[in-house]
Amino acid sequence: MTPFAAQRTAGQPARAGSRRGRRPSRNHGWGWAYLMIAPTTIGLSVFYLWPIAQTLYYSFTSSGPFGGHTWTGLANYQALGGDPSVGQSVLNTLLYTGIQLAAIPFALLVAALLNQPGLRGRSVYRVIFFLPVVTMPVAVAMLWRWMYQGDYGLVNYLLSLVGIHGPHWASDPDYALYSVAAIGIWMSFGYNLVIFLAGLQGIPAEYYEAARVDGAGPVRTFLRITVPLVSPNIFFVTVLTVINSLQMFDIAYMMMSTPGSAAGTANPALPRVRSISYLFFEKAFVEHDTGFGAAVAFVLVAFVVLVTVIQFRLQKRWVHYA
Amino acid sequence: MPEVQSSSRAPRHRARSVAVHAVLIAGSVVMLGPFLWELVTALKPFSETTQLPPTLLPHHWQLSNFTTVFRSLPFGRMFLNTVLMTVGRTVCQVAFSAMAGYAFARMRFRGSAVLFALFLSVLMVPGLVFLIPQYLIIEQLGWLNTLQGLIVPMMCSAFGTFMMRQFFMSLPTDIEEAARLDGANPWQVFWRVVLPLARPGLLALTILTVLSSWNDLMYPLIVNTDPQKMTLSAGLASLQGEHFTDYSVLMAGSLMATAPMIVIFVLLQRHFIQSIAFSGGK
Repeated sequence: MTPFAAQRTAGQPARAGSRRGRRPSRNHGWGWAYLMIAPTTIGLSVFYLWPIAQTLYYSFTSSGPFGGHTWTGLANYQALGGDPSVGQSVLNTLLYTGIQLAAIPFALLVAALLNQPGLRGRSVYRVIFFLPVVTMPVAVAMLWRWMYQGDYGLVNYLLSLVGIHGPHWASDPDYALYSVAAIGIWMSFGYNLVIFLAGLQGIPAEYYEAARVDGAGPVRTFLRITVPLVSPNIFFVTVLTVINSLQMFDIAYMMMSTPGSAAGTANPALPRVRSISYLFFEKAFVEHDTGFGAAVAFVLVAFVVLVTVIQFRLQKRWVHYA
Repeated sequence: MPEVQSSSRAPRHRARSVAVHAVLIAGSVVMLGPFLWELVTALKPFSETTQLPPTLLPHHWQLSNFTTVFRSLPFGRMFLNTVLMTVGRTVCQVAFSAMAGYAFARMRFRGSAVLFALFLSVLMVPGLVFLIPQYLIIEQLGWLNTLQGLIVPMMCSAFGTFMMRQFFMSLPTDIEEAARLDGANPWQVFWRVVLPLARPGLLALTILTVLSSWNDLMYPLIVNTDPQKMTLSAGLASLQGEHFTDYSVLMAGSLMATAPMIVIFVLLQRHFIQSIAFSGGK
């Protein structure tokens, strides 16, 4: 749930600070306030704040299988550069993220279709599009793996009806990342749609009437009125998509893993699908290389911070707040 | 765009409406189709899943795939573990977030700005940064393969605290002041006056927490590896390994793991969608 709030923090600081009414509890001591924040303060300190420092420390150490840690300076970070799977994971993650971003305009278009006044069945469509958002990613990945199955899968059967012989979508190194990315789009489409729909419903109908009186066609109206007015929502969805996509794990794990089978029978497409999070999981919890895993985690931190900063810089140029 | 009244433009309007519905129905097929295929496969015997061309409706309907799941996995235990984990995390997160969010929204106390900034920093950091130390803490407490190991680190939520704070700031303060003048202490104001008003915010946070707990994978995968103690998501992942060719059993399992969320969603869909829109800013 992290990402939702990341945006709200930076997106709406004004609203938080602007309300300066009399605060009812001012004259009571601090005791009540400390009691009320105590559970959260303790929990977040022990399980989140302190772990950030610890993981940073581990990234400069080498360790036995969760045994003692010896300070090795930048050795883990240097090893990152020498490990080809790191660079490939970064590339995979960025490509996956790019594909998720490319799908955002389609969610906006469908939201615009759904927002037309007088459209029948709007809420039914909304429920249908939203259904994949609430389903367990593990189950979804399993379902798609079955549909992607090379010989008996639904996708290749449908393609065969139009004379196309499809590949093994989930295990062909050239296709697997795109197959995984398609699942990601399918799962997040409804979420983006709902955010866009909420934004579109806030646009006053007079704007559209004025555009119609001026003789603007639907395309022009969409580009000149709809897009600028929902740009805060587009920005939110974009930031969220990037943060979520950079951390992609569940679908890749389910598509690539065969936990019950012997080692060495891994999916041949794994190197081309392995995300940064997947690499972290393998290093830290399969190979028990805590230090290297911690360093991988901070590679991800670097990307999230970098991309988020860039997005917030760019937003000034295209996001219009009413 | 409003309804066009003039009769000469009506056919064009109707044509456009048909085109819009065509696009939306095509999209709906893409969204729903996989679930229907999952259901159909779960009702087929194994032999029929490797038949070409595939049967759209099973020739031999069978429910035994669902019972096979229970024989291949301690599915009932996993289901119970997931329910308990979800309830535990949700009750604690909503209660603690509401308390802390209210304090940050309405009370002044030394250190509140620093603490709040620290909590916000947790939101910026990707989840896997916490995982190694969380695992080590749970291991040292002897809580691997326990229910409390699944729940305790997720009892508190920076996201929930922030969301509840935003919610409380949007509430008017008059009633609270009246209650305070009547002699209520801050806890009574919070418990008797504010919480009943905060029902929409609490419901939104509840829905979001239930969803993320039920679907959580990486953390349960790491801390509970004993099948008797696993959650559904981790259990399904292991099912795939052992039976990865028997897709009718896999589909029955994933259908059962997903069904509760789908049922709750269909019953409460308006609230679900409002919660998501709420989480996405105004």
